[in-house]
Amino acid sequence: MEGLSRRYGDVVALDGLDLTVQAGELVTLLGPSGCGKTTTLRLLAGLEDADAGQIIVGGSDVTRLPASKRDMGMVFQAYSLFPHMTARQNVAFGLRLRRIGSAERDKKAVEMLELVGLAEQADRYPHQLSGGQQQRVALARALAIEPQVLLLDEPLSALDAKVRAQLRDQIRRIQLDVGITTLFVTHDQEEALAISDRVGVMQGGRIEQLAPPTDVYSRPATAFVAEFVGLTNRLAGTVSGSTVTVRGRDLPLVDISTPPGPAIALIRPEAVTLASDSSTESGPLTGTVIASTFLGATSRVTVDLGDTTIMAQLSTADAVLLPAGSRVSLTIRPDPVLVSADAAPAAEAE
Amino acid sequence: MAAVTSVGEAPLAASARRPHGMQAGRRRRLNAFRYVVFTFFTLFFLLPLLAMLRFSFEGSSLGTWSASAWSQIVSYQGPPPLLSAVEISLELGVLTSVVTLALLVPTMIWIRLRVQWISRAFEFLCLLPLTIPAIVLVVGLAPVYNKIRHVELSALMLFWAYVILALPYAYRALAAGLNAIDVKTLSEAARSLGARWFTVIFRVIAPNMWQAILNALLLSAALALGEFTIAYTLLYNNLQVELYSIDRNTPNASVIFSTSLTALIFTFLLLLIVSYAGRRRRRGMR
Amino acid sequence: MAATTATETGARPVRAGRRPRLPAWLGTTPFLAYVAIFLLLPTGIVVVDAFRSPSGALNLSGLKAPFVSPDRSLFTGSIQLCLISSVLGAVLGAILAYAIASGAPDGAVRRLYIAVSGVLAQFGGVTLAFAFVVLIGPVGLLMHASWFYTFPWGIAVIYTYFQVPLMVLVFLPAIDGLKAQWREASDSLGASSWQYWRYVGGPLLAPAFLGAALLLFANALSAFATIVAWENQIAYIVPQQIYLAINSEVGLSNVNQADVLALGMIILVAIIMTGYALLQRRAARWLR
Repeated sequence: MEGLSRRYGDVVALDGLDLTVQAGELVTLLGPSGCGKTTTLRLLAGLEDADAGQIIVGGSDVTRLPASKRDMGMVFQAYSLFPHMTARQNVAFGLRLRRIGSAERDKKAVEMLELVGLAEQADRYPHQLSGGQQQRVALARALAIEPQVLLLDEPLSALDAKVRAQLRDQIRRIQLDVGITTLFVTHDQEEALAISDRVGVMQGGRIEQLAPPTDVYSRPATAFVAEFVGLTNRLAGTVSGSTVTVRGRDLPLVDISTPPGPAIALIRPEAVTLASDSSTESGPLTGTVIASTFLGATSRVTVDLGDTTIMAQLSTADAVLLPAGSRVSLTIRPDPVLVSADAAPAAEAE
Repeated sequence: MAAVTSVGEAPLAASARRPHGMQAGRRRRLNAFRYVVFTFFTLFFLLPLLAMLRFSFEGSSLGTWSASAWSQIVSYQGPPPLLSAVEISLELGVLTSVVTLALLVPTMIWIRLRVQWISRAFEFLCLLPLTIPAIVLVVGLAPVYNKIRHVELSALMLFWAYVILALPYAYRALAAGLNAIDVKTLSEAARSLGARWFTVIFRVIAPNMWQAILNALLLSAALALGEFTIAYTLLYNNLQVELYSIDRNTPNASVIFSTSLTALIFTFLLLLIVSYAGRRRRRGMR
Repeated sequence: MAATTATETGARPVRAGRRPRLPAWLGTTPFLAYVAIFLLLPTGIVVVDAFRSPSGALNLSGLKAPFVSPDRSLFTGSIQLCLISSVLGAVLGAILAYAIASGAPDGAVRRLYIAVSGVLAQFGGVTLAFAFVVLIGPVGLLMHASWFYTFPWGIAVIYTYFQVPLMVLVFLPAIDGLKAQWREASDSLGASSWQYWRYVGGPLLAPAFLGAALLLFANALSAFATIVAWENQIAYIVPQQIYLAINSEVGLSNVNQADVLALGMIILVAIIMTGYALLQRRAARWLR
């Protein structure tokens, strides 16, 4: 997709977006509501028209083609199964349109249902299936026509957390098995990071960063990405050369061309370690524990440094040893750090 | 499987005035269809009404113009005077709608909150009048009304039957309103704050379905204004019966057209206003 | 008085303090009483009387009345008229409903047409007949179409006039219930518009459509006012005959006959409405 733009009245949904997906790759578009990710997907599917730009699939330009001729399979967020057909009939629908004989159709439908693990429910109606099962049937239906591209529009958002995690892994497994080029849209970063080959973080109709999940997480390209994906601490520091000095420590920069001067360093909580500090002096890296949030295997500990607060992520076993009120000293792991030019720190990291 | 790639071709002009994709084409075809359909039906519905309008301005001999039909609404002597029939029908409208609502609103809310198991039977009862033609009902109502006539002669007594006729329409309107709000949660919240059932029904739930209530009110009133069969068969005189007898006695008396048009337009405007009032409120709450 | 268990006392309004536990359904008593007197009782009277001869003894001969002339032609006439107007009304109404539904949900056109439908569905009777008289009748403005006066054609057109709005009112929610996702899913699977309607939209709407058509049929059956104002003394349809049977000045007053005819109508309509209810349940499940 190149130069895609789409406006709704005054609202610019997409602003000259460029995106290339390789064969067999799973790319996720991640971002908050209104960022344009769903619009991108729908433009690709042909359910909406682009105001400008081109879409090219497998070498041919499909920009002008209607949705029904685009050879893509799509899974919607909810309610897309035809309620008057059984699972089997739903899955076979696309094949029926292509005038495939009923015996062959049936065989393929059962094959697809087995792929998603629902062969026994083949003759159930959608209202007799759970949300997770419905989405699996929808996936089978989309794959049955052997499309060139698979599109998923927040397919897990309407499901419970547990089902979501299982289904997400299943989708990834199937996608790898079949080897189909896939575009996945979600606002849930955990999903995006867990299953993608590459993640495109979007905001305001543009892609801020398109990179493998680890890069998006550890080497965020912009402040928005750093703050949207995972948690961030914002600490004041000074940039000089290729490091930023934060509270007495020098940390390497992700982007060494950052101009020198005051800046805000964005530091991940897991890069911060705490140790109990029995000395009574206070230095730039000592503070008092304010609170501790239990998250299961890890805990997030908030520490008051006097002029600001910082979050650290520790294993719960360690966190338990540092109850509220304890004095601690901090170490910051020298991971490359992104720096934001804002002089004034905005709302506390989230 | 194929790759989705972008090839280094120049993007199209960004300022395309009209989107030229397939969805737009489909939209255009749909709009053409709608245009045709609405034109046809507007003509279809308007023609008889326009004929009525023309005739309401008809003078005593064909082809002349006169506005007397409109003033006659007030001055037609009858017997009985047209205005009294109008009055009766208006009063019946009010009476019917108020009683219908008084009967249905608390009952429906109550059922939804406390007696859900009755709702199937209740729905059946409410829709039953749709299935029993008015003309049939009146056969069975005749004895009942004979009794009523001993007590009270006025045509206003028709409202007892009208409420029954209005049940299906009012029920549907109110049911739609109830479905749109979460009755259970609202009532539980109110009760946990100490409200009694009376307060819950009249101060909490009913105000939240005011548009449905208004709709039901209007539909019941419209029914009363338009009702002919029962009044006619039971030998009462309401607006429609009066109009009919004027027509029988004075063929093509133009006053029937002016009156009918007034009733039609009046009801139509009311319904329209209600539908706008509802929307504005919703926008205000956003 | 905080909410306690679900079996708390029912009758309203409730005051604090100890009360004997009354079953909750008593709250529906005013409604039940009203309906019992003014709906169930009259219906019961009609049904019972239909089986009684004028002398009061039990008599089942009335049951065959709908199948034997002269009443039979009344029923046939009724059914003919109803069929024509309900088919016409259903098809035209469905088209109009679709046109309305496919527009802006908050738009002026939609509101206008729904208000119009609400009014016209109710005002079918006397007013309408008058309007058509002036439009097409002897001194009519539009044309002097004599075919219009032959039963059932002219009156069928008039019936259609109020059937279409009723169809719009009843069928529009069903069209609204068609989810956009179904159309989009069908598109992305490769279906053309025609294929969508044939395999998805059509089957989904079919129960609601048939149900609405049945409703129109029942509505036409009951329509009395219109035809009274249109034709006078001669009874073409059952409702007219019922009226004459009750009120005739020619001394044919025969309440029993009225009851029998009424029973015939009830049975017809009951069959229709059962069909309607069954179809509605199906449609509701899919389109809610």
